[in-house]
Parts: sequence; structure tokens; C-alpha cells
Amino acid sequence: MILHELIDFEILRLLWWLLLGVLLIGFAMTDGFDMGVGALLPFVAKTDTERRVVINTIGPVWEGNQVWFILGGGAIFAAWPPLYAVSFSGFYLAMFVILAALILRPVGFKYRSKRDSARWRETWDWCLFIGGFVPALIFGVAVGNVLQGVPFHLTEILLPVYEGSFFGLLNPFALVCGLASVAMLVMHGSAWLALKTEGVIAERSKVFGTYASVAVIALYALAGLWMALGVTGFSFAEAPVVDGPSNPLLSEVLHEGTWMVAYSERPWIVIAPILGFLGPLGVLYGIRAGREGLTFLASKTAILGMISSVGLTMFPFILPSTTDPRSSLTVWDASSSHLTLFVMFTTTLVFFPLVLAYTAWVYKVLWGKVTEKDVLEQSDSVY
Amino acid sequence: MELDIVELSRLQFAMTAMYHFLFVPLTLGLSVLVAIMETVYVMTNRPIWRQMTKFWGTLFGINFVLGVATGITMEFQFGMNWSYYSHYVGDIFGAPLAFEGLMAFFLEATFVGLFFFGWDKLSKVAHLVVAWLVAIGSNISALWILIANGWMQNPVGAEFNPMSMRMEMTSFFDVMFNEVAQAKFVHTVSAGYVTAAFFVLGVSAWYLLKGRHIELARRSIAVAASFGLASALSVVVLGDESGYSVTHSQKMKLAAIEAMWETEPAPASFTAIGIPDSEARETKYAIHIPYAMGLIGTRSLNHEIPGIKELVEQAEQRIRSGLVAYDALVEIRKDLKNIDPVEKARFEEHSGDLGFAFLLKRYVEDPRQATEAQILQAANDTVPQVGPLFWAFRIMVGLGFLFILTMAYFFYKASIKRMQFPRWALWGAVFLIPTPWIAAEMGWFVAEYGRQPWTVDGVLPTAMSVSHLSVGEVAFTLAGFVLFYSVLFVIEMGLMIKYIKKGPYMDTAESEQWFEQRGRIAAQPAE
Ligand code: HDD
Ligand code: HEM
Ligand code: HEM
Repeated sequence: MILHELIDFEILRLLWWLLLGVLLIGFAMTDGFDMGVGALLPFVAKTDTERRVVINTIGPVWEGNQVWFILGGGAIFAAWPPLYAVSFSGFYLAMFVILAALILRPVGFKYRSKRDSARWRETWDWCLFIGGFVPALIFGVAVGNVLQGVPFHLTEILLPVYEGSFFGLLNPFALVCGLASVAMLVMHGSAWLALKTEGVIAERSKVFGTYASVAVIALYALAGLWMALGVTGFSFAEAPVVDGPSNPLLSEVLHEGTWMVAYSERPWIVIAPILGFLGPLGVLYGIRAGREGLTFLASKTAILGMISSVGLTMFPFILPSTTDPRSSLTVWDASSSHLTLFVMFTTTLVFFPLVLAYTAWVYKVLWGKVTEKDVLEQSDSVY
Repeated sequence: MELDIVELSRLQFAMTAMYHFLFVPLTLGLSVLVAIMETVYVMTNRPIWRQMTKFWGTLFGINFVLGVATGITMEFQFGMNWSYYSHYVGDIFGAPLAFEGLMAFFLEATFVGLFFFGWDKLSKVAHLVVAWLVAIGSNISALWILIANGWMQNPVGAEFNPMSMRMEMTSFFDVMFNEVAQAKFVHTVSAGYVTAAFFVLGVSAWYLLKGRHIELARRSIAVAASFGLASALSVVVLGDESGYSVTHSQKMKLAAIEAMWETEPAPASFTAIGIPDSEARETKYAIHIPYAMGLIGTRSLNHEIPGIKELVEQAEQRIRSGLVAYDALVEIRKDLKNIDPVEKARFEEHSGDLGFAFLLKRYVEDPRQATEAQILQAANDTVPQVGPLFWAFRIMVGLGFLFILTMAYFFYKASIKRMQFPRWALWGAVFLIPTPWIAAEMGWFVAEYGRQPWTVDGVLPTAMSVSHLSVGEVAFTLAGFVLFYSVLFVIEMGLMIKYIKKGPYMDTAESEQWFEQRGRIAAQPAE
């Protein structure tokens, strides 16, 4: 097989880094509003019918949205096996908590309205809250830890060994990132509800959306400032080999200075944090102007800006190590082989547009607001 | 018994996988059955078929979400509990997993929402297309995950790279068209169809016994019996195909399933029943069927099938060869920037057996230091536990034949005897509902337990595949999953039973309208 050499190893690694970003951002933009809606559920909706309206705004789409998360896992496994191995075994207990919370979600959606008992429904409502709030928080906390570097090393045979503890993950900087993530997804969820509902639910959502976008601005600014002043960055000791074998131990890494050098090396990346601030401002404007479509778009912009600012700042680092910087995983030494990346890339090129096309079609079919009348009339077939 | 990380991780994986596979077969089969029912509805326009589609669709939905929920655990477990495995073979194994998400999960999950919520938003034909896309999506999902699993049973199209200390893909084509994966796919998918057919048959039989929903039940039985007969036949015929592919790729597993201690001269006989004794290495009270094994395993009368004792000797040879590879690898890795060509050649000659040297890691840190006794011990370790495999296999096969007979009977009664079923037969159908699940779980047990001590056959031992975790962490998550999954199971069963008791939602007005158009008012029994 020589075919795969049509695209350089280096380019493929870069493309897969980009695709990883696309998946994470796609996940936050789609499943993100599901999580936000889950976290808002007990607060924006009081009566049973109101809650059913809220749940049914995402009822037909959450499954497809969740696949962004699953595909994210699969794609990390396939394109960045060391990242998959190090992060999920390192964040072991945190992953367990995320899984437990995420398992509650599908079951909650499907089973909640299948019994009439008020207690049954109330219990599932709180499960749906956990399913939205907890993953949102932990994902943010994880990003905060990745930015600071994670205490792990790779042994001689490349077995990942994590040296931190579960509670070590919950440090102040990471918690700020976690809260920023919650605020971002709650904002996104409110924007969705404002678009898909009417009357009292929409009104309450707009109030929450306003608070959340102010919180996003404050927390994002705080995290950014903290990162610039208080977080030590990582860099290669000498120019890395960009098309060598995937073995992190072959290069030397320094843990000194600040991540902010990225902004002097690649000034154009400042566009990302700018979008990160323009987004929530747009949400504030959209809510006041009563333009729900624009609000939702602005919320998506915020997600795009915030997530890509983390990736672009850290590039080419993916998962740096504090205790053994040499073990840090980077774009250049933690990928799959040339052939695997090529096969996956060409397949993605064919199937990904297809996925986007039919997903868009489904959203088009489901276009329009969900009302109390809809829910009551189709009580048997909706959630 | 002291449980270590390896055993706890195995237990956790087995538990979560077998739990996931409680929901998977019904999803695979019922999605197809529901799509078939909806096809009949669209073709005939008779409301009863729409009601059937909706009713079985509701039960499908209750089952489906738990398949999804437990699948999430599966997707991340490799990294959590098997991180060395993930590093070592992720280059090959990850791709089918990612493709499963890209080609199957997206398809199925995007359209399943529309299946439930789209009845009033789509035209009839569009809704039918959606139903089929859900069914196709779930079946493609099985294809990709079984390609991944098939690779672990028969690791083709990959080789070891000393630079990155892992297996890397050399041919995606070989991985995808792995004969073991293909055999597994057809066998497993048919097993899913059988499961759904028994589910529909059993629930409908119960309605007939109770005298409720007669119209729905009869039609459902007709569909389930024909679909079930075809799938029961195919699961057995294709099971034979699985056996045939195991003969090539996993001789030790085959010998263990058969409790074949000695190599028999061709054509080998098949031990129908007996009591295997691992200590004495013999099978007591064995009843043999002459020639059968040779025919099943090799499809010939003149090929030998090696027995366990001979395979252990072969394993010992491979361990010794693996030690050469290991030694050369250590030399190579001393300076990866200037590799000694002599060592490289020595490594390449023996690299196929590297995994066998890893078997010694259980006993010594550096396999090159192993004693003779340890080498013999490691060779013996390649024999899986014979007893449980022997019996699990026989339960699966026995049930397979029972399924054919049952489905043939109902097919005969439904088509030729105009739906006249004796009560005992209906009760039989009700009680047989759980049996396809038993057969399927036994099948996975044979396939996976029979692969031990390897995670990737001949390449990576299970004991080396685990993450660097503490016993406390794994014990905690294991307990968590057991607790959590048990609660979910009780809830699921409760809802299933509630909705089966409740029966279909009958839109009588709709039915009457249809009969009116045909001038046969109220031919329907009142519900
Ligand atoms: C793609 C890979 C894959 C797939 C599709 C499955 N498994 Fe598996 N299974 C593994 C990959 C694997 C594994 C990660 O490789 C394990 C963990 C330890 C081991 O040796 O193999 C394993 C172990 C394992 C064991 C324990 C064997 C032992 O440790 O003694 C059982 C009983 C099962 N699995 C059962 C199942 C069931 C019921 C499945 C159907 C859903 C299933 N497996 C699908
Ligand atoms: C260890 C391997 C496995 C992994 C990692 C895995 C992963 C998953 C995941 C993540 C889901 C949820 C998908 C969603 O959200 O829509 C799922 C569901 C499902 N899985 Fe598995 N699974 C495994 C084993 C199997 C096997 C062996 C089969 C079949 C032979 C199978 C067939 C299915 C089916 C039919 C579903 C139903 C839901 C769907 O496709 O969306 N899985 N699995
Ligand atoms: C005469 C009947 C049957 C034969 C000869 C047969 C043969 C086999 C063999 C040899 C394997 C192991 C494959 C491996 O190790 O890779 C297997 C696995 C399996 N069997 Fe069967 N089987 C039969 C009936 C059934 C029935 C009735 C069911 C369920 C309804 C079933 C479900 C499974 C499943 C789910 C697996 C695991 C997946 C796989 O490895 O393909 N089998 N079967």
C-alpha cells in the first residue's frame, strides 16, 4: 500500500487534530444544549406539562446529538490511541461519574413519562438534571487540568501511569474552568429553549440565559487571566520531528514559561478568544432584541470561540505531563500510524458530509416550537 | 480468593459486556421486524399493521435506550480499564470503533427519534424509510463492532513496530474482510433475529392465551414464525461457519470446546457429551460421534485436528522463539535512533512470537530470566478452562436445534393449520422467551472465555492489557456498575411488563373507518 503516502503523515496528523476539534465543538454545540436543557429542567419548568414541553424540545434529537460524544471517544481511540489510553485511565473515577450521569440521561428521557406517578417523574427530572449538570462540570474541570498539565508518566514500554488523585483534579483553576463550562452549556440550553418554546417557559429561559451569558463572560475572562498569569506552559526543547514514529518519549519537553507565547508566535489565533467574548454578548443582545435565531447562533459562536481558544493556545500539545514533561502527548508523537490516519480520513471525507446532510434534514422536519397543546394531544407517542 | 486488578477488570468487562448484550440482540431483531410490519402497512394500508408497528415499536424503544445507555460504558471502558491494550492495538482496533460511530450510530440514533416523533410529520413512505434506516443502522453497528472483535480473535493485517512499541496496521482490507469477523457477523446478527422472533412469538402467544388483542397477536405470530424459522436455520448453519473459522484461527479454543486432549487421526470424532477433567486431562464418560468433528472443523475427512497436549507443546516452542524476539527488541530499544541491522533482522525473524514471551511477564519482570519450569507453566497457561467452555457450547448448540423445531412447528401451525394452536404450545412459547438470550450469552462466553489467556490472540496476553489502577478503584467502579445496572434492569423489566399488559393502543375509529370503506363494518372484536 503506497496509496496512503498521497497525504503526508504530518498533514494527516494536523488534519486529525482539526477533526478532533470539530468533534468536540460539534459535541458541545449539539449535545451541549441537551445538557443545558437537562440542567435547567427543574428551574424553567414547574408543572408536569411544562416539564414535558421542555423534554420534548430535545426528545427527538438527543440521541443523534449524543453520538457526537461517542464518536469523539471512538475517534480519539482510532486517531490518538495514547490520548485515549492515558486520559481515560488517568481520569478513571471522574470518567466513571460521567458515565453514570450520562447513562441516567437516555433512561430518564425515555422512561420518565411512562408512568403517571408524580414521585416517579420528579425522580427522573432530577436524574436528567444530573445528566446535564455533572458532565458539563467535569468536562470543564478536565480541560482545566489539561491546561495545567496532568501528573502522569509513560513507562519504558509506554504503559501510562497516573500519579495524581481524584481530588487533585478539583483544584481551583480547574473548578473555574468547570463553572465556565457549566455556564456556557446553560446559556446554550436557554438559547435553545427560547427558540423552541413559547410563553412562560421561554420567558424563564431568557432570564436564565441572561444570567448565564454574564457568568460566561466573567468566568471565561477570569480563567483566561489566570491562565496567562498563573499557569505554566509547555514547549519543545528543540524543534520536534513532525513525521516520526508515535512515541512521546523520543522528544524532550520543557515545562516553563507561559502558554501565552502562542499568541506572539501565531497572532491570528486571537480570533478565538474574541469570538469567545462576542458570543455571549450576542446572546445578551439577542435575548433583549427578541431574536431567538440570532441568540442561538451567538451561543454557538461562543462555544466555537471558547473551545478552539483552548486547542489553539496549547497546539501542538494535547495532554502535557507535569511530573515527566517528556511523556507529554503532542500532535506530532501521539497519533495512529500513517496508514490508519489515511484510511480514517478518506472514510470520514465520504461519510461525515452525509451525516451532516441527514441530520440537517431531520432538524428541518422537526422545525417549529413545541407547545403544551402538542404534548397533551400526542401524549401517547411523545416523552 | 484474592482478586487482583486483572481479574477485577475482566469481571467488570464481562459484566458490562454481557449486560449490554441483553439489549443488543432484541434491538437488532426487533428493529427489522418492526420495519417489516410497517412495510406491510404501507403496502396494504390496513390500520392493524400500523398498530402493530406502533405497539412493537414501543417495546423496541424501551429496550433500545438501555442498549444505548450501556453502550456508552463499553465505548470508554477500553481506555479506562485496558489502557495498555488501548495503546498497544489502538492503531488497528480503534478504526472499526470509530467507523461504527460514523456509519451506524449516527444513522440509527438520528432516525430513531424521527421514528417515534415523526408519525404526523412525515409521509407514510418517508416514515417507512426512516424505520428501515434505523434497522440498517443497528445492523451496520453490529458489523463494525464484530470486525473489531474478530480482529482480536484473529489479528490479521498488522505488525509490531519497535519504534512506537505497539501493533500497527499494514492492511485495512485484511482487517475488514477478516474471515472470523464475517463469520461472527452473520452468526451474531441471526442470533439477534431469533431473539426478537421468540420475543414477539411469546408475547403474542400470551395474548392468545388471555384472549386479548387476537388480531394483532395472530398476525404477529405469522410474521415471527416465518422470520424466526429462517433465522433459526441461519444461526445454526452460520454457527457451523463460525466453528469452521475457529478451526483455522484458534485451534486451542476449538480443542477446549471439544475437550479434545489428544490429537486424533483424521477424521476426528465429535464428543457429544462427557465430563472433562482438566487435572487428569481426559474426558470421562464421553460419547463420541465418529467423523463428525472432522467434518465440522475441516470440512474434510483427511485433515488432522490437533489436540490440547500437542498445542501446549507448540506453545512452548513459540515461547522460546518469542524470547529471541524479546531479547532482540530490548537490544533495539537501547538506542532507537541507531538501530543495529543484525538485531533488527533477528527481531523480524521471530516477531510473530513476541506475544508468547509476554506470557512470562506474569512470573518474571524480565522474561529472559525465566526458568524452565516457568516456561512450561506459561505454555500450560495457554489452555483455557475446558469444563465451562465445553458445557456452554453444548447449551448453545442444543438450544439452536430446539429453536429450529419450535419455529418450524409454529410456522406449520400458522400457515397450514390456519392458526389453530394448542394451549400447551402457546404456554411453551411464553416460557421459551428467555432462551435465545441464554444461547447468545453462552456464545459470547465461549468466544471470549475461550480466547483466554489472550486479549489479542497470540499477540497480547490479558494480564498485560490492564491499566495501572489500584484494586480499590476497580472494585469501586465494579460495585457501582453492578448496583446501578441492577436498578436499571428492574426498572426496565417493570416497564416492559407494564406495556405488554397494557397492550396496543387501538384506534378503533381508524379501524372502523377502514372496514367501512371495505363494507365490512365492525368485523373486529371489541377491545
Ligand atoms: C470489540 C471487542 C469486544 C466485543 C465486541 C466484545 N468483547 Fe468481550 N471482551 C473484550 C472485547 C470485546 C476484551 C476487552 O478484550 C475482554 C476483556 C478481557 C479480555 O480478555 O477480553 C473481553 C472479555 C469478555 C469476557 C470475559 C472473559 C474473561 O475474561 O474470562 C466475557 C464473558 C465477554 N467479554 C463477553 C462479551 C459479550 C457478552 C459481548 C457482547 C456484547 C462481548 N464480550 C463483546
Ligand atoms: C465491546 C464492544 C462494544 C462497544 C464499545 C459498544 C458500544 C456501543 C455504544 C457506544 C452504543 C450506543 C450508541 C448510541 O448512542 O446510539 C451501543 C449500542 C448498540 N450496540 Fe454496542 N458496543 C459493543 C458491543 C456490541 C456488540 C457485540 C453488538 C452486536 C453484535 C453491539 C450492537 C449494538 C446495538 C445494536 C446497539 C443499539 C443502539 C445503537 O446502535 O445506537 N454492540 N454500543
Ligand atoms: C448448532 C448451533 C450452533 C453452533 C454450531 C454455533 C457455533 C458457535 C461457535 C463455534 C461460536 C464461537 C465463535 C468464536 O469463538 O469466535 C459461537 C459463538 C456465538 N454464538 Fe453460536 N452456535 C450455534 C447456535 C447459536 C444460537 C442458537 C445462538 C443464539 C441465539 C448463538 C449465539 C452465539 C453468539 C452471540 C456467539 C458469540 C459471537 C460469535 O463469536 O460469533 N449460537 N457459536
